Amino acid sequence: MTTLLTRPSESPTATGADQAIETSGLTKFFGKQKVVDELALSVPTGSVFGFLGPNGSGKTTTIRMLLGLLTPDAGDVRLLGQPIPAASDEALPLIGALIDGPACYPWLSGRQNLWRFDASGPDSQRSTRKARIEEALGRVGLTAAGDKRFKAYSLGMRQRLGLANALLRPRQLLILDEPTNGMDPQGTREIRHLIRELAADGTTVFLSSHLLAEIEQVCTHLAVMSAGRLVAQGSLNELQAATSPVLRVDTDDVQAAEAILFASGLKTTTEASQITAVIGDVRPEDVCRRLVEGGVGVRRFVVERPSLEDTFVALTGEGFDVAQ
Amino acid sequence: MWRNELSTLFRRRRTQAILLTLMLVPIAITLVVRFAGGPEGGDGPSFLSQVTNNGVFAVLAGLTVTLPFFLPMAVAVVAGDTISGEAGLGTLRYLLTRPAGRGRLLASKGATVVVFCLAATAAVAGLVAGVILFPVGRITTLSGDSLPLVSGMLRISLAAFLIGVSLLGLAAIGVFISTITDVPVGAMAGTLAVFILIGVLDALPQTAAIHPWLLTNHWLSYSDLLRTHIQWGGVVRNIGLQGVYVLVFGAAAWARFTSKDILA
Repeated sequence: MTTLLTRPSESPTATGADQAIETSGLTKFFGKQKVVDELALSVPTGSVFGFLGPNGSGKTTTIRMLLGLLTPDAGDVRLLGQPIPAASDEALPLIGALIDGPACYPWLSGRQNLWRFDASGPDSQRSTRKARIEEALGRVGLTAAGDKRFKAYSLGMRQRLGLANALLRPRQLLILDEPTNGMDPQGTREIRHLIRELAADGTTVFLSSHLLAEIEQVCTHLAVMSAGRLVAQGSLNELQAATSPVLRVDTDDVQAAEAILFASGLKTTTEASQITAVIGDVRPEDVCRRLVEGGVGVRRFVVERPSLEDTFVALTGEGFDVAQ
Repeated sequence: MWRNELSTLFRRRRTQAILLTLMLVPIAITLVVRFAGGPEGGDGPSFLSQVTNNGVFAVLAGLTVTLPFFLPMAVAVVAGDTISGEAGLGTLRYLLTRPAGRGRLLASKGATVVVFCLAATAAVAGLVAGVILFPVGRITTLSGDSLPLVSGMLRISLAAFLIGVSLLGLAAIGVFISTITDVPVGAMAGTLAVFILIGVLDALPQTAAIHPWLLTNHWLSYSDLLRTHIQWGGVVRNIGLQGVYVLVFGAAAWARFTSKDILA
């Protein structure tokens, strides 16, 4: 499908670093408050990396430091193996970014906005610009709306134009902050599809999102921030393996079922007709047989890995209040 | 990149409206003088009464009328918007991660403001209106002699260019203020406030010691070009003073912008 975009291996400045993003001791203060605290991120090349954390945990500040918009108070950033901000001119053209929502000139059309951003860099590549703009608009489904002024765009269309800007050149790394914010379900699906396609082409995707189901579907790796610190980092499998599997039983006969589970040595919590228990060393086969022999009508009996949401809450705590 | 900067500025309705208004001023003056009669006794601005004698003076009359306030306001709007406007829209973060380069972006913004200052004073429409409505002929200098049309036109064009140059000091102040805030209206108002403050200081006899350093001090030197024997002293001092302002505030803007944390 693509000819001009996302062919990182053909790029003349391909670096072949095994970490697309690497930070060490990255620290940022706003006034006296430590917003990012000695962050050591490590994003493997070729991964789809989910960057999670509650509101105010320092995700966007981190992304702004990665891209050289903020100067860290301590620590280093390397993108594609190159130091930032020293080598920004070499590294940043290979990186597409959507930071803190899209931003464009309201009085220009979608096409003119992309033209403006593309023309503002040191390496103009003017001869291919028109074709690249059309291709990027096509990828995000904005070909027909490309000549409308940006101020007439809906939130989802603005988000799509922001993504098109991130896809204007062949990229080795995409840094996407909440890319599906404000999009309709079709749009969300298309973006998920697009991210998979880009990843299959070898582009590393660094994805920050609150939509845990979204992250769970596309990401291979994960980092979780809480109050400026990294509380977990690794592949999705590693992180979920760290939490134990749970048993969920759906039944109308809650009391009898609870008694049997308790007798089997399980600690249960019940919500309406669903009983949940950490399964631990107990064999689920035995529990199932006892329930049936005890005459309990079982509608659903399942042992599953905790969802990403369970993992997330376990790592960052239950509280609803913004931490800082 | 610079060309793109220009087209982004001049495609904006606000810029077009400012330029259109500036063009309407000389046309309005010409029409009023033509159909309502000019000030015979000569208590109006000196160039106004000359419009009836010679249409090309409409250009200078227009500039003389707009110089005290309208032109500085236009410059404050455009210069104050340079960096803070991008910050306000959020486009600054996308320009800088493109990467436009902070020094390069500031330089192309500065160059664009220079073009705007010159475009604002060009006011071609005034010339057109003047030529259409009044006889065109030899141009009478302030000294009372007359010059051939071509050399007179050259002098008037040079005077218009010098007025554009006169605005550069204020433009540099505007660009600097634009780097210290993310709110474009604040930067525009701040630039205008500085301009008004300068006007106040210029009017007070007690501050006579600093008058030679105020950026408006030599603003009227362009009229020296319209004497039979051009007096260059004021013109040169004006250019020098504007240059000093551009250097000082340009350097301040550079120092501020290249080290700034971009949170917008």
